[in-house]
Amino acid sequence: MLELIVYGIVLGSIISLGAIGLSLVYGILQFANFAHGDLMTAGAYVALFLITGPFAWLGISDKTFGPFSFGWRMVIAFPLSMLAVAGLSILLDRLLYQKLRKRGSSRVILAMSALGASFIIRMGVLIIWGADSLFYRSGLLRPALELPAGIKIRPDQILILIIVAVLVILLHLFLQKTKMGKAMRATADNMELARISGIDIERVIMWTWGIGGGLASAAGILYGIDVQLHPGMGWNFLLPLFAASILGGIGNLYGALVGGLIMGVVQQVSTAFLLPTYKPAVAFIIMILLLLIRPQGLFGGKTR
Amino acid sequence: MPFGGLLAYLVSFAIMAGIYAVFSLGLNIQWGYTGLFNIGIAGFFCIGAYISALITLSPPSGTYAEYVHQAFALNMPFPVGLLGAAVVCGIIAFLIGIPTLKLEEDYLAIATIGIAETVRLIFNNEQWLANGPRGLTGLPQPLSGIVLPRYYNYIYLIIVVTALVFIYFLIERAIRSPWGRVLRAIREDEVSTAMSGKNIFSFKMQAFVFGAMVMGIGGALYAHFTIAISPEVFTPLYGTFIIWVMVMAGGSGNNKGVILGAFVIWAIWTGSQFLTAYLPYTLKSRAPYIRFLIIGILLEIILISRPKGILGEEKRVSKMTD
Repeated sequence: MLELIVYGIVLGSIISLGAIGLSLVYGILQFANFAHGDLMTAGAYVALFLITGPFAWLGISDKTFGPFSFGWRMVIAFPLSMLAVAGLSILLDRLLYQKLRKRGSSRVILAMSALGASFIIRMGVLIIWGADSLFYRSGLLRPALELPAGIKIRPDQILILIIVAVLVILLHLFLQKTKMGKAMRATADNMELARISGIDIERVIMWTWGIGGGLASAAGILYGIDVQLHPGMGWNFLLPLFAASILGGIGNLYGALVGGLIMGVVQQVSTAFLLPTYKPAVAFIIMILLLLIRPQGLFGGKTR
Repeated sequence: MPFGGLLAYLVSFAIMAGIYAVFSLGLNIQWGYTGLFNIGIAGFFCIGAYISALITLSPPSGTYAEYVHQAFALNMPFPVGLLGAAVVCGIIAFLIGIPTLKLEEDYLAIATIGIAETVRLIFNNEQWLANGPRGLTGLPQPLSGIVLPRYYNYIYLIIVVTALVFIYFLIERAIRSPWGRVLRAIREDEVSTAMSGKNIFSFKMQAFVFGAMVMGIGGALYAHFTIAISPEVFTPLYGTFIIWVMVMAGGSGNNKGVILGAFVIWAIWTGSQFLTAYLPYTLKSRAPYIRFLIIGILLEIILISRPKGILGEEKRVSKMTD
């Protein structure tokens, strides 16, 4: 059981990265980005492409670092994929959402458009890589470390937790210290007021998509390292992502962080009683209960 | 293709398009008239199909019983199956509506995705319920005794068209009544409708349940046409996404429009099958994904360049006003 909780925290940290991005986009743009899960998928596969394609061709060493299951190729691919998916989500905004926004379309039409985008991304992945599960590295898993109380954990998983922590701290510093971060928070509070104060809303929106996409990409790659890559992985994450951001209060980033961890632990612990394939259903049930009891989330979000 | 073959092809095309038109009408009640954002149509599709199958199948016997598990098999006639599908979908919709219809529309959307995924997972994993991933087969077809099996599709086309016409006039009637005007008022402006003394939650719930019941009938019509059903059919792609594209393409808020949309999009979908014959060999196995990519891009184009669809909404819905 303790082991399941530890694995749940690892899964939860990945969910948190996605949920923070989702909550950020919701807070500023006011619509449910149904493509967020598939941005995770896109990130995972862009990294796979870089590792197996150009990097192999360039002759970058395939050797792994000590106890970890990846090497230099992944270290270079990770930030590049984050940038690529940040670019992809900005591109989607320019091609689709911006046009709808300018025409004054309702939030539901924007969400519909995002749903369409999510299918387009997934079909793209399916056309290029097919429907099978893939791994960054074939071969045996690295031996697990034995922690006290008989908990086995792979070195990769410890590193995942560290990477998530670093990314969250960087985001925190960005939002608190930089001018753009402050502009983003102001826009999330009140877009009209921010506009009147001279904040360039379109730039804020661009940064929002960039950060949301980058974090989603990181989450997708980390899941790929921990488990596997699959074209449906992002779609399966969609329910936990929404459950986590609703749990934390929509628009509340620190809430989304905690919400993600809770969802990870609950989903993982549920496998002790239910088939693992029921994980998305567990997320759904929690979300419904939450909507019944406390729709504003545990920590309160924007009052909507 | 010889003439007989072409005709048979057109008949089965019309049956599937007609079934999708039923789903589109169901979604039109929810989205087109009331503004409810249901993206879990696949869930109601799945429940409708399975409930009708369980009601109409006879219990497996002999060696069959060792391989086929199902929770119940009532061996009842086809109309009872349709009715059962509608009633169960209505009940499920009611239960989903309780926590979500009071909240903003996005919550309903997420909850309906959740119910669609959960329903599919349950039918896939619970062997005892409806034979797990292998699904159910040998569904009875109504009036199948009266013609040769190879002409049966003509009979089924008549059944589908009858159901479609009946549902169409039912919705048209409802939407032109005072009840229908309240739904449209809710869609346009919830606050002022509430200030006119209408119970928003109750009207939304009625529209949501009504639409879900129509979708349940669509699911049942589908199941008895294909004879065999398994959980993998009811994915978000076939079960939800394509129906949304049909409604958006035809014109949400216009019943004739969404039926037209269903036929046009189904024609594009089946037509794209012939295009994939020209694909290079290596891409052949991935042809369905390419076809769905086309449908996805089509949706984005419609949303941006023709948001009202082909026909657009009918502005005048009461014969009392000019």
